[in-house]
Amino acid sequence: MLSQERAPIYEALQEFEKKRVVPFDVPGHKRGRGNPELVSLLGEKCVGIDVNSMKPLDNLCHPVSVIREAEELAADAFGAAHAFLMVGGTTSAVQAMILSVAKRGDEIILPRNVHRSVMGAMVLCGAVPVYVDPACDKRLGIPLGMRVEDVRNAIAAHPHAKAVLVNNPTYYGVCSDICTIAKLAHENGMLCLVDEAHGTHFYFSGQLPVSAMEAGADLAAVSMHKSGGSLTQSSLLLAGPGVSEGYVRQIINLTQTTSGSYLLLSSLDISRRNLALRGKEAFERVIRLTQYARDEINAIGGYYAFGGRLLNGDSVFDFDVTKLSVHTLDIGLAGIEVYDLLRDEYDIQIEFGDLGNILAYLSIGDRSREIERLVGALSEIKRRYSRDKTGLMHQEYIEPQVAVSPQEAFYSEKEMLPLDETIGRICSEFVMCYPPGIPILAPGERITRDILDYIHYAKEKGCSMTGPQDPQIRMLNVLKARI
Amino acid sequence: MELWFSERHTSNVKLSIRVDRQLYSGKSEYQRIDVFDSLEFGRFLVLDGYMMLTEKDEFIYHEMITHVPMAVHPQVKDVLVIGAGDGGVIRELARYPEIGHIDMVEIDPLVVEVCRKYLPLTSCSLDDPRVQIHYEDGLKFVRSRADAYDLIIVDSTDPFGPGEGLFTREFYGNCYKALKEDGILVNQHESPYYPEDAMACQRAHKNIVQSFPISKVYQAHIPTYPSGHWLFGFASKKYHPLRNLDEGRWNQRGLTCRYYTTTLHKGAFYIPAYVEELLRDVE
Repeated sequence: MLSQERAPIYEALQEFEKKRVVPFDVPGHKRGRGNPELVSLLGEKCVGIDVNSMKPLDNLCHPVSVIREAEELAADAFGAAHAFLMVGGTTSAVQAMILSVAKRGDEIILPRNVHRSVMGAMVLCGAVPVYVDPACDKRLGIPLGMRVEDVRNAIAAHPHAKAVLVNNPTYYGVCSDICTIAKLAHENGMLCLVDEAHGTHFYFSGQLPVSAMEAGADLAAVSMHKSGGSLTQSSLLLAGPGVSEGYVRQIINLTQTTSGSYLLLSSLDISRRNLALRGKEAFERVIRLTQYARDEINAIGGYYAFGGRLLNGDSVFDFDVTKLSVHTLDIGLAGIEVYDLLRDEYDIQIEFGDLGNILAYLSIGDRSREIERLVGALSEIKRRYSRDKTGLMHQEYIEPQVAVSPQEAFYSEKEMLPLDETIGRICSEFVMCYPPGIPILAPGERITRDILDYIHYAKEKGCSMTGPQDPQIRMLNVLKARI
Repeated sequence: MELWFSERHTSNVKLSIRVDRQLYSGKSEYQRIDVFDSLEFGRFLVLDGYMMLTEKDEFIYHEMITHVPMAVHPQVKDVLVIGAGDGGVIRELARYPEIGHIDMVEIDPLVVEVCRKYLPLTSCSLDDPRVQIHYEDGLKFVRSRADAYDLIIVDSTDPFGPGEGLFTREFYGNCYKALKEDGILVNQHESPYYPEDAMACQRAHKNIVQSFPISKVYQAHIPTYPSGHWLFGFASKKYHPLRNLDEGRWNQRGLTCRYYTTTLHKGAFYIPAYVEELLRDVE
């Protein structure tokens, strides 16, 4: 095993650059010479290492040398049996995870507040979701984690399910009791899958919730490009000892590009090295900064920057204190309104705003002076815009009524109807606010008055809605069959 | 010996001053700090490679940022000064006996320490009993104050470093809140000439206009700053910088200045057409 000081892909690229190899292969820009405008945008360094798979640089589809070594180092750094470097975003990692364990008709137990990529995977493979309703915090209006008892009941009711999927953590930073859930799954012959898109940093600090691999999970999709610091679209899929590396690789190769970008791969490599060597101190700093911001925001009054006080031993088993989530309804503004004001009036872009909350993403790149700007702007927004809060909706989670499997619904005969004429019908597409990208409706779910009210309200407040074929979301595709 | 200090004013223009000797060089948590002696401009202070002040021309900046609001506001008692670690603004303010208290907020203690040691010409009044120095982020300090000051002077560095937060909408809004109902805010407002500076100038103006009912800009000629043409912002809740200028009252004080006069005060608000246009675009 190489030391964590090494970065095999990055080192191989450096060696490769020195050799000044003449390219008669793709990419056609040939180190940028054929596309000077691209060079002026990205720089010579960047286009110079945008190269194709070749012997000295290994091949992502079948890694045997430097990519293999980089994967082994990543596995070691994250405490996994194997790590796969992914270049199709964490979406590709989540999909590979689900496609690896379920085929048509297989059941997967999961909370409803999953990312769209999970539902997308089920449309692809035909797996059937068994939802565990996440508990909901009444005041904040956010979905929490899964209660262990609810998972136990779902397992008892669906003993043939293939896997239990857990968000670790949710977008808001809420963690379920993943150790107990993984144990329960294993005792019942199921695998434990983890969407850990927002939990890369859990692997590098003792002050944060337990990571999926440490909790004994079988597969985890880890967004290195979020808290890990790598380039956008690069990601990791981690596997425990109970999963066949070769089979997962086959599944990944069904949909992954055969021209994996070395910009993305090398960014994964050096980010892994950075986390392994310096992650602990870096995240301790992030934790301090976030705690400072939380205290200062709570001192403004009206806002509620929530954290560890939510812990209840079950649906909020743990909380990721690096997440700066702030409840805004008490100043009379929807989260999405604060989100828009921050961007339009103060040139501050935060991660998302939903009906009752905003989330500012803090990471290894943050400095105190930007935190002061955020807090200063929130204080100004309260002074200038706060109003009476009556009439604001805060329910974020509507229990879905699943009528048919996502795949069946997606590929069924359907018709397009004006939004308000769809009540009672079965939706065949996704509807979500993005971010956070958690579906309000998924294919196969019944459309209700509550859901339509929510969509109207979210549109009116300025949420960016995505998913349906009609981008304005005036029409929805529903199943022709009335079920 | 040929030893020159050069500052890039744009990627194609630089100003160079022949250095006699370097007196200090150090690095704080926030920035690199240098002090040089020169034949032409005397001692000068440089932060992160940017000229902050020289002994020869600092009077222009410090007189203009201080006496303009002091000649307008009838009764200044409480003042907040942000930045200003060199002490030049404090020196000018200290000349007014009616001022009762000055909070000075400087993020970098090392700047103050270095200026006390090497730039007595500006730091001479930092020990005035009315002055309280707070080593804190200016944005943070002003956030916690409401209805507290008659005058706020923002003597910041350029908006491309630690001073960036002092050019933002949230900062000006917080200043509005920290001022009393007839308070005045004066800030260093960058130069309108070179395009990059002009953009910063325009943005600052836009942010101030959106925060204060009265917002005007005035100018001065400062030889060592990029283009030599420098602007200051005058933002106020109640007083107009010309209509509420009380020349008689100020002149009776008998303060001697080398740049500021109440006549110049009036002229300083008459700015070139291209600058008017630059500002009008965001009003």
